[in-house]
Amino acid sequence: MSVPRFWRNLDSRYNLEGTHCTECGEYFYPPRKTCVNCRRLGQIEPFRFKGTGEIVTYTVIRTAAEGFEEQAPYALAIIKLDEGPRLTAQVVGSPEKVHIGMRVKSVFRKLGEGGDRGMIYYGTKFIPVDA
Amino acid sequence: MTIGIVSYGAYVPRYRIKIEEIARLWGDDAEALKKGLMVYEKSVPDVDEDAATIAVEAARSAVIRSEIDPSRIGAVYTGSESHPYAVKPTSTIVAQAIGATPVMTAADFEFACKAGTAAVQACMGLVSSGMIDLGLAIGADVSQGAPSDALEYTAAAGGVACIIGNKESEIAAIIEDTYSFTTDTPDFWRREGMPYPEHGGRFTGDPGYFRHVTNGARGLMEKMGTKPEDYDYAVFHQPNGKFPTRAAKMLGFSRAQIEPGLVVPKIGNTYSGSCLMGIAATLDQAKPGDRIFATAFGSGAGSDAFSIRVTDKIEEIRNRAPTVAELIKDPVYIDYARYAKHKGKIRLA
Amino acid sequence: MRDVAIIGVKNTKFGELWERSLRDIVVEAGIGAIEDAGVGGKDINALYVGNMSGGRFVEQEHIGALIADYSGLSRNLHVPATRVEAACASGGLALRQAIMTVASGYGDIVVAAGAEKMTDVGSEEASSALAAAADREWEGMAGATFPGLYSMIAKLHMHRYGTTSEQLAEAAVKNHRNGCLNPIAQYRNEITVDQVLNSIMVADPLHIFDCSPITDGAAALVLAPAEVAHEYTDTPIYIKATAQASDTIALHDRRDITTLDASVMAAKRAYEMAKLGPGDIDLVEVHDCFTIAEICAVEDLGFAEKGKGGIVTAEGETAIGGRIPVNPSGGLKACGHPVGATGIKQTVEIVTQLRGEAGKRQVEGAEYGMAHNVGGSGATAVVHIFSRER
Repeated sequence: MSVPRFWRNLDSRYNLEGTHCTECGEYFYPPRKTCVNCRRLGQIEPFRFKGTGEIVTYTVIRTAAEGFEEQAPYALAIIKLDEGPRLTAQVVGSPEKVHIGMRVKSVFRKLGEGGDRGMIYYGTKFIPVDA
Repeated sequence: MTIGIVSYGAYVPRYRIKIEEIARLWGDDAEALKKGLMVYEKSVPDVDEDAATIAVEAARSAVIRSEIDPSRIGAVYTGSESHPYAVKPTSTIVAQAIGATPVMTAADFEFACKAGTAAVQACMGLVSSGMIDLGLAIGADVSQGAPSDALEYTAAAGGVACIIGNKESEIAAIIEDTYSFTTDTPDFWRREGMPYPEHGGRFTGDPGYFRHVTNGARGLMEKMGTKPEDYDYAVFHQPNGKFPTRAAKMLGFSRAQIEPGLVVPKIGNTYSGSCLMGIAATLDQAKPGDRIFATAFGSGAGSDAFSIRVTDKIEEIRNRAPTVAELIKDPVYIDYARYAKHKGKIRLA
Repeated sequence: MRDVAIIGVKNTKFGELWERSLRDIVVEAGIGAIEDAGVGGKDINALYVGNMSGGRFVEQEHIGALIADYSGLSRNLHVPATRVEAACASGGLALRQAIMTVASGYGDIVVAAGAEKMTDVGSEEASSALAAAADREWEGMAGATFPGLYSMIAKLHMHRYGTTSEQLAEAAVKNHRNGCLNPIAQYRNEITVDQVLNSIMVADPLHIFDCSPITDGAAALVLAPAEVAHEYTDTPIYIKATAQASDTIALHDRRDITTLDASVMAAKRAYEMAKLGPGDIDLVEVHDCFTIAEICAVEDLGFAEKGKGGIVTAEGETAIGGRIPVNPSGGLKACGHPVGATGIKQTVEIVTQLRGEAGKRQVEGAEYGMAHNVGGSGATAVVHIFSRER
């Protein structure tokens, strides 16, 4: 992950900053500048999500993605935020508790790093609400 | 003018390793160690936690507890001896993650275990001079003890953030005064690039901890004309359970006064977060009007002493964020292998 | 718009081809196809090559130019050559571009090829290159892998419809059985359900044997206008439909995580164009990058009700000789999945079957065949329907 690419989305990664189309009412996280329903007729404004939601589906990844080897095995889930949109994120805490429908909330964690000399990437993961 | 703690927030990682488990590896006498150190287990960060993530969680907790608008924060100072970068401040990561950027100043602090309280003093100065509205001071660490060294039994992970302000209606605990005692005493240090610290063994006791804590504490009480009996609680830097217990006795404070703030037996030494964690645990149950005497110690060496008086506001804000007791109540125990992986003691290719 | 026919085909062997480079395998496929078609280099009007990641695998972009050059089509003949990329659907999409070129009259004899050389890098690097088909910012950065994404589809499919790991394994078992009968397949060994379930778990619930492998390989087709196809071959195979659809790139943005709407839409458009329905299709090559992908494809293309893909597979309905033979070639699982080549290889299989030349894998009396090629976790789907008669 390049430094400018990561930095550009810092508020989205750290603070769940997404967008909202006031024309059709749909919420977007990750943020979208073009509404999928209204396209050019959409009115997009920034929106910060609370960070609470529930697990739609998940897996436990044993063969890790490049840069995530230290964290394997890790639970990855598609989480539906209470405001509507779904995102993909790791679920930390108690992996044996992870199940479809589980309530989760956001936490600030390390995502990875560009090797010993590279940048450290921070972002949002989720933990079970009753951890 | 009144200056004080508008809010505080703590964070302790879920994982723990017991003294017995570390002793098992090195063939040490666990019972003797537990008795000698008055520490039974210590907190361990998750693989994806570090001083920055802990600082953010503590800071977010402080912001939520107070319900202040984070854009009012004019300075963020994070003290740690395990900053993730040697060059690139932890404080800007925290500032971004709590929405305090961009009109503010920031820098990182280091002074072994008293970097957090040094940050508190800096914020006190900026606030009382009118340079800023609110200041955020954090002490957070994922400290490392060299494997098989004595410090491995106590080097733990955790952090506490304090929001400092001077609007009387917002202050939950007034900082009546502060006093510091600092000398160039090399009792404990770590060179750049080295993974583990060096320490002077027994030299860290009297010439280090006790000299500076007693001088700092006596200096403050003399300056203010107060005595141990004037305080309801006392918190001393807790590298283990023995040192603060002995310091209290030396200065004339009772066991009962230090008890609520003594968290080290259950979570170990959170270094820059250590004294602040004791203060946070005390504030979690102190009543309006209670007075707290605190003295932090940092190797290298120095002490920061504070005289704190709790206000009515504490009852309003206390339960809006997790207390230290709530944070440490459901630990997940791990073995040495997992502990070594989490602490980066195993070098992956 | 003219009707289009396929007059020549060729697959290389699929596998770990250590001695062959990317250009070697594409040239072998290309020359094989034009010989099969009975045309010469000077007859070719255009070349399309599906290739997902020449850049990451062999540090080579500008693949169209490279392939044209090494096929002898550039220095003297200056044949227009285009690289087509849609992740794992690159091959199917290259075929679609070639079809549109002939149908529109922009070219008469057009080659559609696909190739991928994946073993020149280590398997971690290869997996990382494949993961570029996902949403890098919002899936990759969260630690998602390809097996991880499809595992999440599987978990939800199992939760909602009761699909079991055994049913998923049956797809792999069937494909290996078919692969035994296919000379070009990477794996030509039978496996059992137990072996699948006891193999290493890659991402819960998918085991290593639920996943298609890393493979080198190339395939090529020669297309011609239907009206002149008989001048080149006695067994032209006709393209009844070409269709394509897109969907959100990230799995978390899909309308329904257990349905690849792009597959459903591409199939719907193909059936409409061909004026056929699922009941008319005699065999189908689907995109089984993971066993769950085959289960979903069987449902999404209309061969089973939503949720019943697992049952239908376990009950043998998708075997050669069953109600709807799926992946008689051995699929991506047994043939291997040289990414850019897969869509073309699927077509070579359908053509071979419709010509009646599939030997022991032959689906008797096959008249209509379908090929289904997907990119990423379902952001692109390309569906073609072929027929024996015009």
